[in-house]
Order: sequence, then structure tokens, then C-alpha cells
Amino acid sequence: MKDLSLHILDLSQNSVSAGATLVKITINEDKASDKMTICIEDNGKGMDRDFLERVMDPFVTTRTSRKVGLGIPLMLAACKRCEGNLVIESEKDIGTKLTGTFRQSHIDRAPVGDMAETMLTLILTGSDGGRNIDFVYRHIIDNREFCLDTREIRNALGSGVAIEEPEVLMWVKDYINEGLANLRGGV
Amino acid sequence: MKTIQELEEIRKKTLDTINVRKDRSGTRIVVGMATCGIAAGARPVLLSIMDEVKKHDLADVVVAQTGCIGMCRLEPIVEVYKPGEDKVTYVKVNPSKAVRIVNEHIMKGKVVDEYTIGAGDK
Repeated sequence: MKDLSLHILDLSQNSVSAGATLVKITINEDKASDKMTICIEDNGKGMDRDFLERVMDPFVTTRTSRKVGLGIPLMLAACKRCEGNLVIESEKDIGTKLTGTFRQSHIDRAPVGDMAETMLTLILTGSDGGRNIDFVYRHIIDNREFCLDTREIRNALGSGVAIEEPEVLMWVKDYINEGLANLRGGV
Repeated sequence: MKTIQELEEIRKKTLDTINVRKDRSGTRIVVGMATCGIAAGARPVLLSIMDEVKKHDLADVVVAQTGCIGMCRLEPIVEVYKPGEDKVTYVKVNPSKAVRIVNEHIMKGKVVDEYTIGAGDK
């Protein structure tokens, strides 16, 4: 994976496959402690203890086309090489929470990448096949925060217009890019 | 600065055109978006297909995603399902190939042979 937004896209799709209706993605960059945290939390079907113990293993997967699953192992490797770690907590029928940490200034830490593209793709995934999965994307940099909540967007749109309408997606893209630019202090 | 209030305008504007696109019996363009697809660059491919479909206002085209198609080394993979025709599988797609696929295959009905799995594997 070239950047962190691709990891986030990949891992959030596990939440979608797990039947989640709400996926919360939080990126926290804190210069003071030189730490970066990526957290993905869902209300999907969760994993039992046995599966949770084996889930970091690349030879454990739920997909049927192949016997390897690299989403989680790739993220684990990305965290580990930046003096961080990946912790997965899960409870059956309640949900799963995945927390990846990095030393922010580590030379091997990949850039965040294009979060707008990741969120657009997730919104498209979430509305496939009549499902309406909501996403909350919070990005915190040194205590300043940007937040995108698809529930707010759905509310504003009402029942007539779907969130996956191209016009709406274009707005979401600009909204995220502008919000993040502000967060980084540059216009 | 973008505000949530702008969505109200988008809503009004889109409401008029939306009924045309309700028809789901048309062409399906499916992009493989598992770990293998994402790592190989499927995300910009999916979004460039979306853009192109929007640009030409193709009303009866649905862009969808799927998991691992099973040939990870050939990702990004794009499958095109046209009603009444055989499925066409495109391999090692990038955003500019994707634009050509929409322009030639989806709009003009001409399969882009050189990007298909048959050609890609030789």
C-alpha cells in the first residue's frame, strides 16, 4: 500500500463486509507526542475470541477466492516499522475496533494520502445493493478537528436525493479537501 | 468554504434529473476492490469511471464494486456486464485505460480488445 488512506479504505471494507451500519474512522496526528493514531470502529458482527486471536495471521481470511488475507498483516507491518503497533478489539455481535499507531515523524511512515478518494469510495461501497452504511470521518491535528458525518449529509439531502449521486459526491470531495487544507493551516 | 447548507441547493438541482437514472437494468461496470485491487490502484480507476459516466451523463450505467475476483496479479480488474452480451473482463486497468473503456465500450459498444484478459495474459 502506497499510503495510509489505502490501508484505511481496505480495512473499512472489512467493516462493510461484517454488516456494519456505522463505521467511525479517526485519524489523530499529534506533534507534541510525535504520535499518529488511526482508529476504525464499527458496529458489525464482530469476531469471536478464536478468530480474533488468529486474525493477524496472513493465512487467515474470510474470503473464498484465496487462502491468504493481507489487509490486516499489511497494516500491522506498516505500524510496526514506524515504532507503532496494531491493536484489534472485538466483541461478537457488538463490533470491532482497530487501532493502529505510528511514530509520526518516522522516516518509514507513509503519507496519509488522499482521504477524500477513500471516503468517496467507501460511500459508494456503503450504498451498494440498497445498503445505507454511514461513515464518520474525524481528523485531528494537534487538537484542531475536521469531521465528516454522512448522517448529517443524508439529513440535509432528505429522502429524495441519494448520497451516492455524483453531484453530492463531488461536494463531499471538495468538503473534505477544503477541511483538511484548513486543518493543516494552509489555504 | 463548503457548508452543509449547500447540499440543499444540490438536492433541489438533482431532484429533477434523478428519475432518469433510476433504471437499473442497463450496463454494470464492476471494479474489484479487495486488498489486491486497492494496492494495485483500483481506487482511482473506480473514481475515474464514475467521473466519466457522470461527464457523459450515461443514465443507464451502474458503477459497482466487488471483492477479490481471484486473479490478484492482474488487478486492477474491471468487469463490464452489458445486457444480452457476454461479460468482458479488463485487466491491469489504470485511470486513462478506464476512460477509454467507458468511451469506446460503454458508449460505442466497441470492446477494447487490447485491455481484455485474453490480450493481457499473452
